[in-house]
Amino acid sequence: MKKTSKSLLTPRRQVIKGAAASLALGAVSMPLMGRYAQTQSAEPIKIGFQVHRTGIGAAYGRWYDRTTMAAVEKINNAGGINGRPVEIIAEDDGTDPKRGAEVVEKFATQHNADLAFGTLFSHVVYGSAPRAGELKIPYFVVSEGHHVASGALNRYTLQPGITDVKSQVQAMAPFVADNLGKKVTMVYPDFAFGHDHRDYFSAAIEAQGGQVIEKIAIPPTETSFTKYFPKIPRDTEVIYHVMVGPAVLTFVKEMGEFFGSSRPEIFGFIDSLEATDLSSPGLEFLEGTYFWEGNPRYAQANQSEYDKAYRAAVGVDANGASVSDSKDVSTYAHMFGCWETLHIVKAGMEASGYRGTGDRAKLIEAVESMSDMPHSHAHPQGAKRFNGKTHQVFGHQYITKVSNSKLDLVHTTSIEDTLYPDEVDYTKQSF
Amino acid sequence: MIEKAGMTDARKSLYFHLGLIGALFILQFILPAYHHGNLARIMVLACYAMGYNILFGYTGLLSLGHAMFFAAGMYGMGLPMVHLGWTPEPALISAIAAGVVVSAGIGFLALRTSGVSFMIVTLMFAQAGFLTILYFGEWTRGDEGFVIKQAERVMAGFDLSQPVNRYNAALILFSICLLLTIRLVHSRFGRVMIAIRENEERTHMLGYDVHFHKWMAVIMSGTMAALAGAAYALLFGYAGATFASVQYSIFPLLWVLLGGAGTALGPFVGTLFMFYLIDLSSSFTTAYMLIAGLALVLLTLFLPQGLVGEFRRKVVPWLS
Repeated sequence: MKKTSKSLLTPRRQVIKGAAASLALGAVSMPLMGRYAQTQSAEPIKIGFQVHRTGIGAAYGRWYDRTTMAAVEKINNAGGINGRPVEIIAEDDGTDPKRGAEVVEKFATQHNADLAFGTLFSHVVYGSAPRAGELKIPYFVVSEGHHVASGALNRYTLQPGITDVKSQVQAMAPFVADNLGKKVTMVYPDFAFGHDHRDYFSAAIEAQGGQVIEKIAIPPTETSFTKYFPKIPRDTEVIYHVMVGPAVLTFVKEMGEFFGSSRPEIFGFIDSLEATDLSSPGLEFLEGTYFWEGNPRYAQANQSEYDKAYRAAVGVDANGASVSDSKDVSTYAHMFGCWETLHIVKAGMEASGYRGTGDRAKLIEAVESMSDMPHSHAHPQGAKRFNGKTHQVFGHQYITKVSNSKLDLVHTTSIEDTLYPDEVDYTKQSF
Repeated sequence: MIEKAGMTDARKSLYFHLGLIGALFILQFILPAYHHGNLARIMVLACYAMGYNILFGYTGLLSLGHAMFFAAGMYGMGLPMVHLGWTPEPALISAIAAGVVVSAGIGFLALRTSGVSFMIVTLMFAQAGFLTILYFGEWTRGDEGFVIKQAERVMAGFDLSQPVNRYNAALILFSICLLLTIRLVHSRFGRVMIAIRENEERTHMLGYDVHFHKWMAVIMSGTMAALAGAAYALLFGYAGATFASVQYSIFPLLWVLLGGAGTALGPFVGTLFMFYLIDLSSSFTTAYMLIAGLALVLLTLFLPQGLVGEFRRKVVPWLS
């Protein structure tokens, strides 16, 4: 009884001592706990980077890699995402749809990455996206394919950093019809990418009062093109060409030999000549012709401060080549998509208070709720408008003209030129 | 006496393979998610390799065009599902039918040649098949391919996009192909196939219809490859022309060579080995195909009968 009363009635001095001790203990332990809490929150955000290191997409992959690493460095130097550093886990997909799917599985189930990102070639996107949807890992593609907006994929697949081929192609039609001519002959590779150009441009030029008078599909195995040029009708005002792969040099050279000094206007997609030096022998014939560019390769007279900073960060000179090797030409028209996508991931994670893989759905909802994105350091290519329903971004397109083996900007489309009606509403799909 | 010993060997071999199937069944409860998914895919691709092995390993015919059979099954499955709204059950039948028709047709024509010419003719047919898929891009979406939606991949009430269902579907298919191969090589027909591989002239002189047996071998081989293609489309939700490209004709040859041509299990072991070789080596070098090539050269030099072939030669001579 006494004991109890003694313990109950603790003298004031003892209480004060005890309090002081516990405060001291607290003071010692708190930084430890704080440090612990910090290590928890400083766990890196792991981004699985599906990169085309080998296979047909290797040239693109090399530059997608450099752009990605530059963007991550910038984000990390500015404090990371929600105070956590970003870590890139790169896996080569060999530009192959089977390996692509395997790589996405590896990100989701072995690396436990927060999301997968970075795919360019459409067939790899198609092959991988079903697995991303099944494994419920956000899959941010940088592909410019119409696959996302067409509704073929799923709620976990988004393309917020680069515009799609449908909007790019249709936005070219007003410029072509007003400035180059209304009778167009199209030359394109006879596979899906070429067919997209054929279908979207044919419809778009008709809407401008023009017409595609001949469609010349070239089999992908072709190495010489001379037999196709006689098919170009004499009254052609504009040749629209989009060729992919090493054959483009032969294509341009042979086209030059066929037409000599009297040629129609020529308009092409830079996809053919990404990572290719415009002063390469055989490309002289392109002088005075026009190109679509997703982002102008050569620093323009009206270059924005954002492009300047982005170019410097990635290590690209004013001619669009690597600062360390002027022969190493970048894929400037596409690779900004990696930079912008990573900034959108950052914005989405910050808006949703993303903490870990359990918040993946919240991240997707946060990105879906995005709309206008101003021209800024995060969006150096230009302002964008994201459509949360179709998971596709829309933005300005650039038309440049070859003069003195450089590309000079002659026209910038509006974002409105690139819009088309929604074909899907992914927000209606459950997670 | 010899008959009896043969029976015992066949039984031993059967038990061995049944044991493997049982082990694969149990593995699904142990494996981490990543390897669980990998093994499901490897089993499907092993069926492709087993199909290839029927022709190459047992009949001695080297085809360089098997991707067209794989693709026949893949599109036989995918196209009616996407364009005609078929469910997987009839689509599987159409995939098998596509495999039978394509392999019967190609086999009929290609078997007019032999040796190197057979290789070249099958390669050319496969290239024509690849270009045909691109040509009909409106339906096939060419190189880009198309997705078979998750909701449509439900067979007999099982959602095949779910890991457990996918694994077990792959295991069932794998077991069927493996047991069919074992049954085939122990049958009279299979023994004639092996006789053709060993000495075509003598088999012919013994009165067997060599051409018919070879043709049937092409059909069985092609149909098994088609079945694997159909399963890939169904289980992984994608069909595309890449799978009809020449590289995918070379893969089963490599898998079979690595694992052991003319062994029932070789194709599976080869596929497994190659997958992990690439998966592991690609994490530290982009030259992983060089490593795969080097491994193949070394195996050919030092284990010419492949992994399972050498295992059979040294340890278990009774293996099928």
